[in-house]
Amino acid sequence: MKLTGAQALIKSLEMQGVDVMFGLPGGAILPVYDPIIDSPIRHILVRHEQGAGHMAEGYAQATGRPGVAMVTSGPAATNIVTPLADAYMDSVPIVVITGQVATSAIGTDAFQEADITGISMSVTKHNWLVTDAKDIPQIVAEAFHVATTGRPGPVLIDFPKDVATSQMDWYWPESVDLPGYHPNLKGHTKMVGTAAKMILEAKRPVFYVGGGVLKAHASEALMNLVELTGIPVVTTLMARGAFPDDHPLCLGMPGMHGNYTAVTAMQKSDLLIALGSRFDDRVTGKVSGFAPDAKIIHVDIDPAELGKVRRPDVPIVGDVRIVIEDIIKAITADSETYQRKEDISQWIQTLKEWQEKYPLRYSNASENGALKPQYVIESLRDLAPNDTIVTSGVGQHQMWASQYWKFNFPYTWINSGGLGTMGFSIPAAIGAKVGKPDKTVWAIDGDGCFQMTAQELVTASIERIPIKVALLNNSYLGMVRQWQEMFYDERYSEVYLSPDLPDYVKWSEAMGCAAFRVDNMEDVGPTIEKANQINDRPVVIEFRTDSSEKVFPMVPAGASNDDIIVGPES
Amino acid sequence: MSISYIPGNGSSPDYINDGKTINHHVLSVLVENKAGVLARIAQLFSRRGYNIFSLAVAPTDDSRFSRITIVVDVDSVPLEQITKQLHKLINVIKIAELDPAESVECELLVATVNADITARGHVMELVALFDGKIIDVGTDKLTVLVTGEPSRIDDFSELLSSFGIVELQRTGRVALAKLERQSSKLKNTIGRVG
Ligand SMILES: Cc1ncc(C[n+]2csc(CCOP(=O)(O)OP(=O)(O)O)c2C)c(N)n1
Ligand SMILES: [Mg+2]
Repeated sequence: MKLTGAQALIKSLEMQGVDVMFGLPGGAILPVYDPIIDSPIRHILVRHEQGAGHMAEGYAQATGRPGVAMVTSGPAATNIVTPLADAYMDSVPIVVITGQVATSAIGTDAFQEADITGISMSVTKHNWLVTDAKDIPQIVAEAFHVATTGRPGPVLIDFPKDVATSQMDWYWPESVDLPGYHPNLKGHTKMVGTAAKMILEAKRPVFYVGGGVLKAHASEALMNLVELTGIPVVTTLMARGAFPDDHPLCLGMPGMHGNYTAVTAMQKSDLLIALGSRFDDRVTGKVSGFAPDAKIIHVDIDPAELGKVRRPDVPIVGDVRIVIEDIIKAITADSETYQRKEDISQWIQTLKEWQEKYPLRYSNASENGALKPQYVIESLRDLAPNDTIVTSGVGQHQMWASQYWKFNFPYTWINSGGLGTMGFSIPAAIGAKVGKPDKTVWAIDGDGCFQMTAQELVTASIERIPIKVALLNNSYLGMVRQWQEMFYDERYSEVYLSPDLPDYVKWSEAMGCAAFRVDNMEDVGPTIEKANQINDRPVVIEFRTDSSEKVFPMVPAGASNDDIIVGPES
Repeated sequence: MSISYIPGNGSSPDYINDGKTINHHVLSVLVENKAGVLARIAQLFSRRGYNIFSLAVAPTDDSRFSRITIVVDVDSVPLEQITKQLHKLINVIKIAELDPAESVECELLVATVNADITARGHVMELVALFDGKIIDVGTDKLTVLVTGEPSRIDDFSELLSSFGIVELQRTGRVALAKLERQSSKLKNTIGRVG
């Protein structure tokens, strides 16, 4: 069967099981947009290519399937570099297809030519420039394989216009063979045995759970290991929901804005069992002062993470689900029941005492009667279904969302952790809702972030993707304001945005959304309930919140986690 | 694809007298012979802040693969991180760290040197001592070629400099494991990764 390169590309995506893609056409990718008309793949037309990339990420994180975005060459390709970098940092499997000028024009500074394979090299797991239509099925198969296996990540296929219009004989590759790519899934047996032994002997052990647990679909295995061992769990910003917040052994989020118990449990631990986590500087604080007495078991599918920041005592390269299952087997090898060598009840007791003494807290009282953002998030949480998907932007609202929401299911928290990309929440929510149409999806956004990607609400309206947006309008680039208040003597430089310019309600309505404004506690609950009733279009609630509210606890940048600031008074 | 690069004036400060490296390590990297592979490797080094001291690339006997010999400067980053990150490149197939004691290394030097009537004989003598060749002859200059172990090349270039070097170019070293140690040549091969 003869196909054009464009037809072969779309057919290859169909063969990969792609049901939806996000994109925006233009000159170089024009030929590929023609067969889309005849394809069962749903194409969602975005308003900015950055939106397409974040939608693909949101889709991928909500469904576990790779997200696909397609854009044209030049400026469109560079517009999607931010989502690629975001997906690279957070190990999100997305496949981005960019149009490219004809092969004969590459290198001539042709109209809308950008060297996107060169530009994206450091923010993709791998990329391909297609130079011959006969390679298309092979390259698409390789691209999906690389994106979704091992440590997942973004890939890019650059697709010149003449390749799209030339003919090829259709085939579908039986298998993918990349001689230099063979992710190791099973952990080293001896190391697993040593890990099991150390887990039994530790006095103050903590599971340090990262996003890799979600990527590896290891939540259930983790639950089994925790129930077996009785060891407490911290879930990083990328792992919220990987272990349920309502479990008695869940300590919540560690790190710069983590709660006291999670941060201090790691600090005082004698054994950190790092599962799919990467000792990010936002978690460790000053590395030399991090968990000084802890031995480290580090499980990751990416060998380069082992020893990158902190040298593990027991490095285990492997798929974290398989390794957890093997650790369980090793622990229960001798007898069906688990034999702990050290009693950790004292440790658990200490943690409980810390939790009681230093809970997350805020006060609804304020001088000017301003609404507290934490109260808004608690109200959203209490009125939402338990398995609601929450996405967020980047800033104070992100930290409050992570702190105050209760994530009891995996894949319900989607945020930009590694890159910290403002504007992430709305497109990510759209992608998540497309992938999980039956779930409620709340985007918790800031006023600064909203202004970066709000135009995708037009996409949501037209495509009938009824996401809900809680806009925490504190009139500031709040997180930056907080640093200027605390570390720059309250010298506020270029962080004020204005509470009412733009008029968020009018703007949202103009984009086809239902929109409400709330500026007092009494209206919070009823307005959220009203929003929850609306399912035929997107809805935006603008909450006017207290500008001076700060995120606590906080470990100042560069400080040791021992120097955690619990609240405004300390 | 065949590119060699050596920074600075070509002097190689990495060898001390007993032939052991101080902080330079030689990586022999087998890669797929595909467009852009060298760019990926160079880009990885620059992005992660690793230093390349010298680099030599050429296809192997099997045209699907190329071998890149990289001499890395490992003052700031542990070699282990470099090899692990390199391994994450999809086109990288195998990495071996070559221990100087267990490998054969070779480098090539060409230099144009001042050699008027009075000096010419001395230059030719020196070149002969190092089993080199005269590859071009001018009225008062010679262009010479020497190959051999990098430490020998260092010695040669130092002795040559007393005549006044006009131009000098070194290839950077290429290396293979010693034959009798074939089975253990991958002193530090890191497992295949994803
Ligand atoms: C694209 C981008 N630009 C700048 C920053 C730096 N930054 C981090 S948080 C923040 C403020 C975000 O403001 P807003 O969305 O209003 O959230 P708030 O902190 O007020 O809740 C800024 C500017 C960033 N993370 N991303
Ligand atoms: Mg704000």
